[in-house]
Amino acid sequence: MSNKDIHEDSFQYTDSDKVEKIFSQYPDKRSATLPLLHLAQTQGGYITSAIINTVAKLTEIHPAEVMDCVSFYTMFYSRQQGTYKLQVCQTLSCSLNGADDIVDHITQKYGTQPGETTSDGKFTLLKVECLGSCGTAPVIQINDDYHEGLSIKELDILLDSIP
Amino acid sequence: MSTFEPVLTSNITKENSHTLDFYQSIGGYSAIKKVLSMSPLEVIDVVKASNLRGRGGAGFPTGLKWSFVPKDSEKPIYLINNADESEPGTFKDRLLMNKAPHQMLEGMIIASYAIGCHTSFIYIRGEFYREYMLLEKVVAEAYENNLLGDNILGSDYSLDVVIHRGAGAYICGEETGLIESLEGKRGWPRIKPPFPAIEGYLQCPTVVNNVETLSCLPHIITRGADWFQSIGPEKGPGPRLFCVSGRVKNPGVFEEPMGIDLKDLIFEKAGGITNDNKLKAVFPGGSSSAILTAAEAIDVKMDFEELAKKKTMLGSAGVIVMDETVDMVHACLNIARFYAHESCGQCTPCREGTTWLVKMLTRMVKGRGTLKDINMLFEITDNIGGLIDFSKGSYGKTICPFGEAVAWPIRSFVEKFKDEFIKYLPQEKVAA
Ligand SMILES: Cc1cc2nc3c(=O)[nH]c(=O)nc-3n(C[C@H](O)[C@H](O)[C@H](O)COP(=O)(O)O)c2cc1C
Ligand code: SF4
Ligand code: FES
Repeated sequence: MSNKDIHEDSFQYTDSDKVEKIFSQYPDKRSATLPLLHLAQTQGGYITSAIINTVAKLTEIHPAEVMDCVSFYTMFYSRQQGTYKLQVCQTLSCSLNGADDIVDHITQKYGTQPGETTSDGKFTLLKVECLGSCGTAPVIQINDDYHEGLSIKELDILLDSIP
Repeated sequence: MSTFEPVLTSNITKENSHTLDFYQSIGGYSAIKKVLSMSPLEVIDVVKASNLRGRGGAGFPTGLKWSFVPKDSEKPIYLINNADESEPGTFKDRLLMNKAPHQMLEGMIIASYAIGCHTSFIYIRGEFYREYMLLEKVVAEAYENNLLGDNILGSDYSLDVVIHRGAGAYICGEETGLIESLEGKRGWPRIKPPFPAIEGYLQCPTVVNNVETLSCLPHIITRGADWFQSIGPEKGPGPRLFCVSGRVKNPGVFEEPMGIDLKDLIFEKAGGITNDNKLKAVFPGGSSSAILTAAEAIDVKMDFEELAKKKTMLGSAGVIVMDETVDMVHACLNIARFYAHESCGQCTPCREGTTWLVKMLTRMVKGRGTLKDINMLFEITDNIGGLIDFSKGSYGKTICPFGEAVAWPIRSFVEKFKDEFIKYLPQEKVAA
């Protein structure tokens, strides 16, 4: 987490109805932790310490326990990510069907190593583990959407069409 | 075998197969009408008689698992639908959720009724965002039509269904890791016993079942236990979704009876090997199963017992095919890296062992390995997953079966393709 976040001390959910709905679905408060983090990340792009404190207050647990979740799950980010997260599956079935070339291609195209974001903040390249779609390998998830069985040419067309 | 008609996927190619209208037009939700007129015990007995075994990986008999839930529980009882689908090589639950979500939901209602549950969760992996959005709609549709909520179809049975998203962690597919995650913690598996059926979510009796397992239930209720039992091998019958991926021409999900020949899956259903290359090795049941050599693979049935005899397992029925172009040391490293990344880290043999496996295999592919390293690979896998002697069972050195899930495949690579590992050694070290 950058220093900036430590000084950023307030976070408020813009959709308080959604927060209420989340709590109404669980028998206890702590079970709402993951859905609250998902909701906050959708709003803020990544998890700041202000979000952690807010979630901790709402769920009545220690901020360290919320932090524990943020660091454990790969889908929660502690840093700003690019507008588009290019998540390339690198597990066996994808790797046997060209995933490694896709990573190399993106690395060259944008000059970003896995984990890095382009300087304009548009793309972040991420290597991820099996996305549960091995039959359509290679699989790349861009933000919430799966793109399956793309050749490098098709991938280029897709990437170049992103405004 | 040619007479087999798909059961779970019979309608997935039809337009709008995911809608309530469509599902009802093919007789959907008639099973819950029948179930609501039965006693919960009668439902459990039918499922027991069907011999349905779990499709998530462990293959535990479903009816038997349900019967462990205390009958006189004063605490609430929970059912969790395991839609975490994260075992490499497995991609069937996503298909069922996209194309036949009401079939799965009807299965959840049947299971919940049988065990006395009134709040049921769908734990769906976080990456399946589109499927999550679809399920939100499906569940809302069910509420609007009194298939969920208070007094379902005018009965005195009520059930709520809540969809809970994971956030990227393979270990949350393991049932106790999943429960911890649902409770808002990191997904650290629990020591068993107590089993979830006694103390699960919030220390209450909890049953965890896989998407495909639940999707079988409406059919068992409608067509009867005998019908289900008559499909495939007696000890593990029924239709099964086999996922075939890797180096095949026509990868995909194939619904076939349990016990189908692995060679038919690869060479007929999946169209044979890419470029007509030679088959080299196969994971029969997801990346956690020991690999089979080509010779072993063409002579085995996809059945719990038969695969156990070959010292591997049916697991999640995720078949990953490797052909002659595949470098086995690289493939082994790919799998080791997966497990090192996904180890939850609470057991030392698993956390340290997986890291070491990656270090040593990386060293090996860079041509800096030694003969001693090869023996060390065996030692490390034994240390994580126990000695792999099926007659003695596993030694259980770790809290959850992830330990064995690493040890079996890695060991099988080194054991069955040792010559390829040796080829990576620098010449002078082979001689030494
Ligand atoms: C490391 C590990 C990962 C697992 N991942 C999954 C999974 O993604 N989906 C699943 O249904 N079961 C998974 N399981 C099996 C579950 O623990 C559990 O046995 C299963 O969900 C029970 O459902 P069933 O009886 O219907 O098969 C996994 C087990 C282990 C040890
Ligand atoms: S075996 Fe591995 S994954 Fe399972 S509890 Fe231990 S450290 Fe975690
Ligand atoms: S290996 Fe890439 S989706 Fe499964």
